[in-house]
Amino acid sequence: MKRTMTSFAALAVAMLGTSALAQDPVELRMMWYSDGVEGEVMQDLLDRFEAENPDIDVVLDNVAYQVIQEQLPIQLASGQGPDIARVTNLKEQAVHWLDLRPHVADAAYWDENFGNRFDWMREDGSDAIPGFLTQLTMVGGFANKTLFDQAGVEMPGADGTWDDWVNAAEEVRQSQGTTAAFAIDRSGHRISGPNASFGANYIGEDGMPAPIDDGTMAFVEKLVNWTTEGKQLPDVWVSAAGTTYRSGADDFINAQIPFLYSGSWQVANLSTKIGDAFDWVAIGSPCGPAGCSGLAGGAALVGIKYTEHPEEVARVMDYLGSEPVVREFSERTLFLPAHAGIVETGGLNFQSDDPNVPPALDRFVQASGETLPLADKLPAWKWANAYYGALVSRVSQAMAGEITLDEARMLMDEDIADVVANAQ
Amino acid sequence: MAAISKSLGTVVTVPLAWLARIIDYPLRWWQIRTGQGGMAAVFLFPNLAIFGVFVIVPLVLNFLYSTTSGTDIFLPDRTFVGLDQYQRLLSCDDYTRRITCREDQFWTAAGNTLAFVIFQVATMVAVSLITALILNRNIAGRGFFRAVFFFPVLLSPVVVGLIWRWILQRQGLLNLIMVNLGMEPEVWLNDRAYAFTATIGVSVWAHMGFYTLILLAGLQAIPKDLYEAADMDGTPPARVFWRITLPLLGPNLAVVLVLALIKGVQIFDEVYVLTGGGPGTSTLYLTQYIYEVGFASILRNPGLAAAASILMGLVLVVLTLIQLWLSGRKEKAGKR
Repeated sequence: MKRTMTSFAALAVAMLGTSALAQDPVELRMMWYSDGVEGEVMQDLLDRFEAENPDIDVVLDNVAYQVIQEQLPIQLASGQGPDIARVTNLKEQAVHWLDLRPHVADAAYWDENFGNRFDWMREDGSDAIPGFLTQLTMVGGFANKTLFDQAGVEMPGADGTWDDWVNAAEEVRQSQGTTAAFAIDRSGHRISGPNASFGANYIGEDGMPAPIDDGTMAFVEKLVNWTTEGKQLPDVWVSAAGTTYRSGADDFINAQIPFLYSGSWQVANLSTKIGDAFDWVAIGSPCGPAGCSGLAGGAALVGIKYTEHPEEVARVMDYLGSEPVVREFSERTLFLPAHAGIVETGGLNFQSDDPNVPPALDRFVQASGETLPLADKLPAWKWANAYYGALVSRVSQAMAGEITLDEARMLMDEDIADVVANAQ
Repeated sequence: MAAISKSLGTVVTVPLAWLARIIDYPLRWWQIRTGQGGMAAVFLFPNLAIFGVFVIVPLVLNFLYSTTSGTDIFLPDRTFVGLDQYQRLLSCDDYTRRITCREDQFWTAAGNTLAFVIFQVATMVAVSLITALILNRNIAGRGFFRAVFFFPVLLSPVVVGLIWRWILQRQGLLNLIMVNLGMEPEVWLNDRAYAFTATIGVSVWAHMGFYTLILLAGLQAIPKDLYEAADMDGTPPARVFWRITLPLLGPNLAVVLVLALIKGVQIFDEVYVLTGGGPGTSTLYLTQYIYEVGFASILRNPGLAAAASILMGLVLVVLTLIQLWLSGRKEKAGKR
């Protein structure tokens, strides 16, 4: 009995000693949402990172985009949250991002390759390295080429106006019996490029929000009229209240609309879900009197400053931000890279057998050079979301016939003023 | 078998006996010092502590938030503004025109909620009563139908919302059936009247089982001899319903009415999934407004959301007091 007890004691001491020597890996949580296949690609990349770095375990929490938009901000405001997150509300939440500058292996590499977009996601006047854009996005349209061909309707050319496109899509609708002519995603961000094309200016001389101007109202009025006339699919904008985001992509994929105005991030989604059911093309942004502008943007991977492991977070970010990994991520997800070195050297081999994909990506790259000055400023402007929120909420009400356009304009100004007052 | 159950009994009772002995002395000491009132406090304390932590403290915090502004979450970081948020919610240039109100969407949500409560509660009580009356009869498959009507109560509200969304959406089941019958499809959730009616219908479908059960219990408590006497007198069925069933079911109906009212004011999840508050703001109800303003919206304002929830809470307190009063009356009627 005595010998047994002694053996047990020795075993216990040995186990304690072993566990002390073999430390558990540091666990990092990454909050991630997917538009297409990027979640699978990211998991694969992280698996490889963990194999090379056994002391770090990255748990990829795949969540709905709505969680990123609605729940993550609450977590951040209460000083909590994941260690790393993929976000699209870059500027407004910049106060919560971890400054990676003291932690990354080579800050100069980050400045050189990602630095031109840091102002989109850090506070004004800061020199922080908050993370990097996993993709550069460009708002733009898609057309169902098969439906246009079947209807015998010619697609408007590169200088086609919004009226040209909506009228052409309406002809297709009447010919092919689709539910509506077109849809724009329910998002203030999405209609801000077109607003700029109609001469809108959101930013006052003091950098604060300017009153809603005639340029904004010019496009908004058209959009409301197209919706009440049944040309725009009402399911996207009208059938929700508040600032809820809704995409028209599923309706385009199901061939319910011949024309969708969304953005470059949909390329992989469309390619995967449409397959060879029909041919589709990216068309850039239709024109208004002031130009043919979309709006640049992006999703960024950022470190969260409430992490207990900033060094480990920086190691993960160094790996994911490295040129070969960014290149592979872009090629497999069909996302436009925001890495200056890769953009400069080019030669991306996008991994898709879909013949619709390469010209679509080329068109979005071309569209990124057609943006107007307002559209270029908005991603780094602190009050952009105040504008976007007011636009979505009030334009939807005008579409539903609850308020007039004049009332919508007055209420948008009040909403924006309230946000500014509440934030100051 | 007896030996097993005896040893199981020992396993359970011995530790309990030890526990009783351990707490016996301090309890006796406390009883001697404080008397019966003190003992009552001891037994009430755990419940009060839980109630305090999970109800009173959040309530007080909510009120404090409603007196502040800003986007910060932590109370000390927020700016004290007194009753400004309430003033903002309640101020209108012209109370007959919502658009002139400082928070027009609050008034829209309040108006929608009022309309919803009136129509939904009336429908709920009527449908539940009719269902209970049918299920109280000696019909074939009575047990099956009772289970069927109660089943939606067990479903998550999100599931309820999704099921009905799939039925009512443009390419939904209902339109598929209509098209196959040669009818024109309708866009149910994009039409203000249809969407409003759909929220009422879906919430009645989801919750009527619970109210039916309450009314069924009330119906079964009505003495059978009253019906036998009416039958012997040749009283017409309608008169039996109005003179016997309805008066004796009164207290249960009152409880159903108030519970449905409270639940109606709180409506959120299934409607949020079904219509998202649309089309426009025609199904935007108060709880969704509070959620949007407090959490979901880009135009987030926790202080304003807290003030709106306090105002909604006051309405619920009044309804709860009515329910307590009615329950008291029912109890007294039962004792008589």
